[in-house]
Amino acid sequence: MIVEQIMKQNIIKIKISTTIKEAIDLMDKNRIRHLPVVNQNDELIGIISDRDLRDAKPSIFDTEEHLEYLSNTVSEIMISDVITAHPLDFVEDVSSLFYEHHIGCLPIEEGGKFVGIISETDVLHTLVQLVGAHQPSSQIEVLVENVAGMLAEIAIIIKKRNVNIISVLVYPAKEIGYKVLVFRIQSMDPRGVISDIEKEGYKILWPNLPEMTK
Amino acid sequence: MKNAAFVYSQEQQTYKFSSDHPFNQKRLDLTFDLLTKSDAINPEDIIAPRMATDEELLLIHEKDYIEAVKLAGKGELKTSIATNYGIGTDDTPMFANMHEAASLLVGGTLTAVDLVMQGKYLHACNLSGGLHHGFKGRASGFCIYNDSSIAIEYMRKNYNARVLYVDTDAHHGDGVQWAFYDNDDVCTLSIHETGRFLFPGTGNVNERGSGKGYGYSVNIPVDPFTEDESWLDAYRKSLREVAEFFKPDVIITQNGADSHFFDPLTHLCSTMEIYRQIPKLAHEIAHEFCGGKWIAVGGGGYDIWRVVPRAWSLVWLEMSDNQIGTGLIPEAWLAKWQKESPVQLSETWEDIPPVYPEIPRKKEITEKNFLTVEKALSHIRNEVAKKKAQLVEE
Repeated sequence: MIVEQIMKQNIIKIKISTTIKEAIDLMDKNRIRHLPVVNQNDELIGIISDRDLRDAKPSIFDTEEHLEYLSNTVSEIMISDVITAHPLDFVEDVSSLFYEHHIGCLPIEEGGKFVGIISETDVLHTLVQLVGAHQPSSQIEVLVENVAGMLAEIAIIIKKRNVNIISVLVYPAKEIGYKVLVFRIQSMDPRGVISDIEKEGYKILWPNLPEMTK
Repeated sequence: MKNAAFVYSQEQQTYKFSSDHPFNQKRLDLTFDLLTKSDAINPEDIIAPRMATDEELLLIHEKDYIEAVKLAGKGELKTSIATNYGIGTDDTPMFANMHEAASLLVGGTLTAVDLVMQGKYLHACNLSGGLHHGFKGRASGFCIYNDSSIAIEYMRKNYNARVLYVDTDAHHGDGVQWAFYDNDDVCTLSIHETGRFLFPGTGNVNERGSGKGYGYSVNIPVDPFTEDESWLDAYRKSLREVAEFFKPDVIITQNGADSHFFDPLTHLCSTMEIYRQIPKLAHEIAHEFCGGKWIAVGGGGYDIWRVVPRAWSLVWLEMSDNQIGTGLIPEAWLAKWQKESPVQLSETWEDIPPVYPEIPRKKEITEKNFLTVEKALSHIRNEVAKKKAQLVEE
C-alpha cells in the first residue's frame, strides 16, 4: 500500500502570519493536532503541533496575564526542518519514520508542493485494516519452516477447498528457523481447511491447544 | 392471556444446506422430542409458523438480494453473481427452494412476535430462528435472511416498541448489530468468543454504535476457554445494567448453544449450567422491565446430540415455568436417539464434572474477562452517573 492511498488531502493549512491564538482556535475547532505552514505557492515551510502551541501559550494558572503571547505569529515557534514523505512511498516504510523520529504526523510533498498529510492515527488504522478482518472470517495459524514457498504451499491447500482468504500475516516463530503464517479465511467452519493442512503434515498453532483436543 | 407459545412445525426442516453441513435442523426435532417425552409441551402451546412476505423481508434486506436468493433456490443463479451475495459458498451453499425455507424461519419469528405483541401470549419461542449473521444484501455464516433483525424492525414499525436484543451465541451477533448500529430505540447486547480468533471477527468492546445509536451496541468478547463462572458473571452484570439503562418494551433473546465445551466450532468451555441460567435471567428481566414480553429464538449449536436438545429444552422449560429439566433425561428419548447418535448421549440434564480437562490459565482468563466487562459497561455507567449528578443538582 502506498501513502497516496491513505493520506488526507483536504487539509487545513496556515500562513506564516497566522497568530498563535488563531492556530489554537483552528485546532480546537477541527480536533486536529498538527497544522502545516505553507507559502503562497503551497510550498511547505514549516509545521506546528499542539505541543508547540501549548508551550507557547500562557499557563492555565495565568488566566489574565501574558495574553499578549497569543498574538505572536506561528513563524516564531514553527519547526522548519520538517521530515516529509512522497505520495508513492510505501506505508510500511514511512511507518518506521514515526517510530524513529518520535513524530506524530508526516506532511506529504510532491513536486515541491504540499499535497497531504498522514498521521500516526492513519497509519495505525491502516495497520488494523491490513491485519484484521473487516469481512466475516475465521483465523488459522500455521507453523512452517522458514524456507521459500511455504505461503504458497498453504495457500494452495486453502484454494482446493474454494475458500476465500481475507488476509495473511507472516511473523517469526519462537523456534529459530520457523515462521508463523496467520490466515483469516472467509468461513465460519474452518475445520475442513484445518484438517487438510494437518494432513499435509503442517502444524496448526490455532485453533489447537494440545490439552484441549476435543 | 396464555403463558408461553412454542412456534414449531416439521417444515422448518427444509432449511438444509447438505447432509454434512454443520448447521443441522435435526436439532429442532431432537429438542421437540425431548420436550414431548418429558411431558413438557402441551399440544395447544404449539403454533405453526407462517411464511414471511417479501414486504417483511424488505424491512431489512435489499430487493436484489432477495431476488438472487429466489433464483438460487431455482438453480438459476450464476455462480459468479452468487458469490457477490455470499451464497454458493462453503458456509452458505445454494439449495432447492432456499428462499421459501429461509422465509419460513423468518415467519416463525414474526409469528412469535405477533403472539406476544398482540397480548395473546406472555412469551413465545421460535428455536428455528436466530440467524444473526445475515446482512442487508448478503448471506453470511449459514444465515440467509436475518429473522431477528426483521422481527426487531417489524416491532418498531408495527408496535412502536423499544427492543432489547440479547445475543448469547458464541459468535458475535454482527448482522443484527450493524442493522441497528445508529439507532437509539434498539439496543443490542452480544456476549461471544473474541473475534480475534473466531468468526466473524467483529464484536470488540469499542463497537458501541454510532450517531444517535452511540452507547446502544454493547459487546463483551470473552477469551477462548472461558468457563461457566466467568461467562455467567459477564452475562448477569451486563444484562441487568443494560436493561436498567435502556428500559426496553420487549426483549428478544438469541439462544445460540455453541459456547459449550463440546461444540466443534468454538473454543469456549461452558457446561449446561449456563444454558439453565441464560433463560432464567432473561425471564426475570422480561417481567421486571417489559411486563413479561419475551421472545426467544435459537441460533448456533453444532453439537446437535449432546448440547442443543438439552440447552434449547431448558429455554422452553424456563419460559413455561416448568420445574423439570433436572436429574435424569427420559429413557425413551435416549433409547430412540442413541442408535443414531455418533456420540454417547448425556443421561442427565446437568453435565456431571469433569466434562473437560482443567483449563491451564483459568485465573488469567477470568481476570481478562472481568476487565472486558468493565470496559464494555463503562459508557453506560458514565451515563447513569451523569444522570444521577443532574438529579442531585436539580
